[in-house]
Amino acid sequence: MLKIENLSVAIGEKGILQKINLKINPGEVVILFGPNGSGKTTLLKAIMGFSGYDIKNGQIIFKEKVLNNLSTEERVKLGIGLMYQHPPKIRGVKLQQLAQYLTKDKEKTLKLSERLSLQEHLSRDVNVDFSGGEMKRSELFQVLLQDPEFLLLDEPESGVDIENIGVMGGVLNEYLRKKGKSALIITHTGYILDYVQAERGCVLLDGKFWCIGDPKEMFKAIRESGYDKCKECICPQS
Amino acid sequence: MSAKLKLEDKDKETVSSSGIDLSESTRSAAFYQQDSQTKLYQSFQEGIDILSTEEALAKYPEAKEYFGKNFRLLNRDFPQDTDGGYFIRVKKGKTVEFPIQACLFLKAQGFQQKVHNLIIIEEGARVYLITGCSASHTANEGFHLGISEFFVQKGGYLNFTMIHSWKEDVTVKPISIAYLEENAVFISNYVCLRPVKEITMYPTAVLAGDRSRAIFNSLILSYPGSLHDVGSRVILRGDSTQAEITARAVSSGGKIIARGHIKAENKNVKGHLECRGLVLSEKGQIHAIPEMETDFRDVDLSHEAAIGKISKDEIEYLCARGFSKEQAQSIIIRGFMDVSILGLPDLLKKEIERIEDASLKGGL
Repeated sequence: MLKIENLSVAIGEKGILQKINLKINPGEVVILFGPNGSGKTTLLKAIMGFSGYDIKNGQIIFKEKVLNNLSTEERVKLGIGLMYQHPPKIRGVKLQQLAQYLTKDKEKTLKLSERLSLQEHLSRDVNVDFSGGEMKRSELFQVLLQDPEFLLLDEPESGVDIENIGVMGGVLNEYLRKKGKSALIITHTGYILDYVQAERGCVLLDGKFWCIGDPKEMFKAIRESGYDKCKECICPQS
Repeated sequence: MSAKLKLEDKDKETVSSSGIDLSESTRSAAFYQQDSQTKLYQSFQEGIDILSTEEALAKYPEAKEYFGKNFRLLNRDFPQDTDGGYFIRVKKGKTVEFPIQACLFLKAQGFQQKVHNLIIIEEGARVYLITGCSASHTANEGFHLGISEFFVQKGGYLNFTMIHSWKEDVTVKPISIAYLEENAVFISNYVCLRPVKEITMYPTAVLAGDRSRAIFNSLILSYPGSLHDVGSRVILRGDSTQAEITARAVSSGGKIIARGHIKAENKNVKGHLECRGLVLSEKGQIHAIPEMETDFRDVDLSHEAAIGKISKDEIEYLCARGFSKEQAQSIIIRGFMDVSILGLPDLLKKEIERIEDASLKGGL
């Protein structure tokens, strides 16, 4: 599904990712660990093709197509969807308007908005005066209406209360399992691991992958020993 | 005075683009003036006086007292060479269901239209008034001076929406003062989305009565070659009075000076100024000048201003949902010029949204 080969990405003059390799198969969920500033969000944004994330080397291939020179819009049309960590406010644009663009299925919009407790938010400006948790729910709502084959989720559960993590985790897992979708998920808290069946985890440190293994084992090890130990790759390999 | 208004098709379109419903089916009273000529006025509801200012001055002795009263209150002069304008009075306690509309139209080449309007909202009356000012394709080098005096009496409510639909060689100068008594509410909306040569305006609301409230909103789109020097001023004179001034300015090449001034002359007053501007082209200019002053300690005055280009993050966010860059930009501009800030009932809101959609489509 997604193949990243020897990818180096810079923001301005500063190299962020160095010679990254990653392959995600159809139906596979991969967890991305790493401390703040290690390049996780940069990887997601480079996959999306956002401006300012310059590919210095290597390529991103999705469904056999090289993405490097495609616009964000074209990548989305190929089946990639992103759930933002910090989405911007769009004044005067209602969540309902975006939902209508993303799907013509009104029933689906209504049902999903109910499950994610977003009915009232539909008539509000996107992300304006939304709480942290509301933003995450609205992000998940939008990306699932978009119905991509491959999801990029940037800290989907951060800032969300325990009860809603359960709801979001349930909705997300159902989507991934039922439809056999793939995902690359960034997490710091690890809560999402209780809901999503992830096959692999990988650790990004200083712009490089250091360890690939069972995500739950990895998260346990990181919690106990910190990210430094990842360089020694102490987890059992999957 | 009632007859059918005769307009050529092209002019009908122009007049409609300033919010005028030529069928009048959704209006409770209407007034039309072309150049200096009053063409038509009629009221479809009891409790509304609507006629030309000249006729009102001749007919109602009290009209003379209102004429120039707000200027005398502020020790300000006003142009005396006006010719025409409308007199609208809504009687005590009357709620006007549909909006009243007034149309000021420039037709003859080089014509200098100078009007003086009087708007009196008596005690407890509630009304929506929409004034559409526009210029025919024939009105080259036209000029419009519009003096408006508003009197909103005790507990009265006036939602005044002025839509300008001029052309690139027309110069415009509205001068207005509103006077509010106790518990009165004055909402003034200004919408200008078509080209113009130059507009200078700085309407003032004097909140004399305790607990009165004024809200000024404006949506401005400035084209290359246009100069908009526009602002709103509120004087918080009564106890516990409140003001809000909101401006959304978009420059696709013109210059916009967005002024705002809130002056606290009593205690317990509250005022907020907000100016947001988007500059879409290298040639566009926006200059926001918010001012606040107080003679008292117990006041709450604040302002926020943000001007710049469309945020790249917002564009990319929408692109990440599948929109093209161009679509994303137009969605953001459309959202930025949000008609819901005008506090209008659904009917008018939809009408103005239609006008805005058409203008943005053609103008950007």
